[in-house]
Amino acid sequence: MLRQIEGSRAIAETVALCRPEVVCAYPISPQTHIIEAVGELVKAGTLTPCEFINVESEFAAMSVAIGASATGARAYTATSSQGLLFMMEAVYNAAGLGLPIVMTLANRAIGAPINIWNDHSDAMAVRDSGWIQLFAESNQEAADLHVQAFRLAEELSIPVMVCVDGFILTHAVEGVDLLEQSFVDAFLPPYEPRQVLDTNAPVSIGAMVGPEAFEEVRYLAHLRQLDALERIPEIAQEFFEASGRDSGGLVRPYRTDDAEVIVVAMGSVLGTLKDAVDLRRDLGERVGVLGVTSFRPFPSEAIRDALKHARQVVVIEKAFSIGAGGVLSSDIAIAMHREETLLRTVVAGLGGRAITRRSLEKVLDDASDNELAPLTFLDLDHDAVDRERARMQATRRSGPSAENLLRDRGTVSQKADA
Amino acid sequence: MTSQDVHFYQVGSFAVGNRLLEQEERTVQAQVDRTNSIDSGHRACQGCGEALGARYALDAAMRATNGQIVAVNATGCLEVFSTPYPETSWRIPWLHSLFGNAPAVATGVAAALRAKGIEDVRVVAQAGDGGTVDIGFGCLSGMFERNDDVLFICYDNEGYMNTGVQRSAATPPAARTATTKAVGAEPGNTFGQGKDLPRIAMAHNIPYVATATVADLHDLERKVERAMEFHGARYLHVLVPCPLGWGSASNETIHIARLAKESGLFPVFEAEDGVVRSVSPIRRRVPVEEYLKLQRRFAHLFGPHPRLDVIARIQSMADANIERYGLVSPESLEESS
Repeated sequence: MLRQIEGSRAIAETVALCRPEVVCAYPISPQTHIIEAVGELVKAGTLTPCEFINVESEFAAMSVAIGASATGARAYTATSSQGLLFMMEAVYNAAGLGLPIVMTLANRAIGAPINIWNDHSDAMAVRDSGWIQLFAESNQEAADLHVQAFRLAEELSIPVMVCVDGFILTHAVEGVDLLEQSFVDAFLPPYEPRQVLDTNAPVSIGAMVGPEAFEEVRYLAHLRQLDALERIPEIAQEFFEASGRDSGGLVRPYRTDDAEVIVVAMGSVLGTLKDAVDLRRDLGERVGVLGVTSFRPFPSEAIRDALKHARQVVVIEKAFSIGAGGVLSSDIAIAMHREETLLRTVVAGLGGRAITRRSLEKVLDDASDNELAPLTFLDLDHDAVDRERARMQATRRSGPSAENLLRDRGTVSQKADA
Repeated sequence: MTSQDVHFYQVGSFAVGNRLLEQEERTVQAQVDRTNSIDSGHRACQGCGEALGARYALDAAMRATNGQIVAVNATGCLEVFSTPYPETSWRIPWLHSLFGNAPAVATGVAAALRAKGIEDVRVVAQAGDGGTVDIGFGCLSGMFERNDDVLFICYDNEGYMNTGVQRSAATPPAARTATTKAVGAEPGNTFGQGKDLPRIAMAHNIPYVATATVADLHDLERKVERAMEFHGARYLHVLVPCPLGWGSASNETIHIARLAKESGLFPVFEAEDGVVRSVSPIRRRVPVEEYLKLQRRFAHLFGPHPRLDVIARIQSMADANIERYGLVSPESLEESS
């Protein structure tokens, strides 16, 4: 049934349809509306049996999920940004233990400077943790991905992170077609753990492994992620056949068949990108978009295939590795391994800066004219940066750069000072 | 046939040996049908107080629950010496996740059991003092505050022994550790620091808090069984001497634990709903020197230039405990007797 609903609410109601038995959460913007809604559904008795636990930190949230999952319960939590980093040790642990926890990551920048708005720095920080990371393009896909995530996680004993752009999706109200309980019950069989804390069959879980087997343990985790490369599109196809909705999968090509320039991106920016590309297509330009839904496992083959005829590939990233460059771009470069294709990285939307269609069209223009630098920061105020660099050179105690930049920009506080 | 008189107080503790007790009053460990929650063959050091304490605690918990225990373990000595894969000493379901999250993991186990309607299986979480008072403290306080149905046992050997004897917030003043060396004007650990976790636990108003030592294993077992009579968060703090970290003879573990209690440095008591309900009185009070001098971690307080001032400060700590908990009763024997 199509409803006008906030993204967070759509995610929460879909998670509830998945019948998690333990939900644990610690509030952090912009994840809050999701856990508030799940908590409400548990408290009202709509979602039962389910233990909703208000924990004292994200580290505890993931740890509670670990204990619950190891006891054979379907476990769910959600977080963002600093919260993900605070639970990072447990994030790695959950993957290492092979516990199929599902977590929504409402993507948000990481401080300092503290910033609550959207980018992908948080997801990138845990890309090597062993979790599957799926990026939602819309709230419809965000909701649908959670059902697929539980199915995938429990089949393969790998935790799954559903990445949803904070505020842009979590707080957007739009039409979402929520699934029926009977659909989810048929799609998602009960959780059958591979290992479980059972007094009738005691096992030791999480003991030490030395150099004689550690590499093999890690390699097995890699193989299971490669298995996921097979299962993700199959599960998406099954979901499509049952629901009629095209959600999930590995990659999402849009008008790429004859495209000379293909822009690659993840998450909600894909919508704006498609609009920009449509306009260019109307002008006869051969441009296309490749959305990456599955960031981990990384679908190298599908990406190589989608990009094989492109003259230029532009990767738009909402995160970057400071001192190096694009993160997604690096993976794409390895996947393509084509010298003749120009690969360009555009870092955009950091800390919630709006990525406008106008700016994206400029990127497409520059790409067409072969004028895009290898690493570009979209809509960066170079003058502001130069002024601060000069200040730092002139004065040792130049103060916090973030404050200086805002003063230059003419904030309210500065006007009050003047 | 020669005969020998039984010295009733032969260990100086008023403890009564199992052989003098009726069958049903003997310890769980003395029962032929007891479990082996932690089996032999593990890699604990000779004289390890933690291995002893954990064995008695878990088998008592097993008896109290008819064998329905799931254990969660923090990183530390107990985890390392009991379980390098593919070997394990655990004959109960056992989960190790991280150093600082054992209380939260145990919360998750308890929540899963509750969601599944499993009522007979109970959860025990265990950690050393580092995993309890330091790195695990946030999760522990959260577990207490929510009153989750978990018995948390801290095996306190007063330092990070697994990593090579570094200071924790449970390390006593003046003790030498690898990060509080016996050098400088004030050798060893600093005075005026550290956490009194049993009292912090009591401040959470959880149903049951108790302390015990491996010198009185009967008392330890009884407290575990008592703890299992409650639902909600329960805390048991067990003093477990560490021959390696304390620099004591491995055959002195029980003796040293007893002296910790008999000197007043380690008060043994139990509390319900945040109120102390009973204390184990000091039977034969000893000055703290008796306890300190058996441990090389305090060796810098003795020798040709003894630090009588430091010993006096430690004695005043013991005296404060004795006063706070009323550890000396009219029945207590004088030091000289």
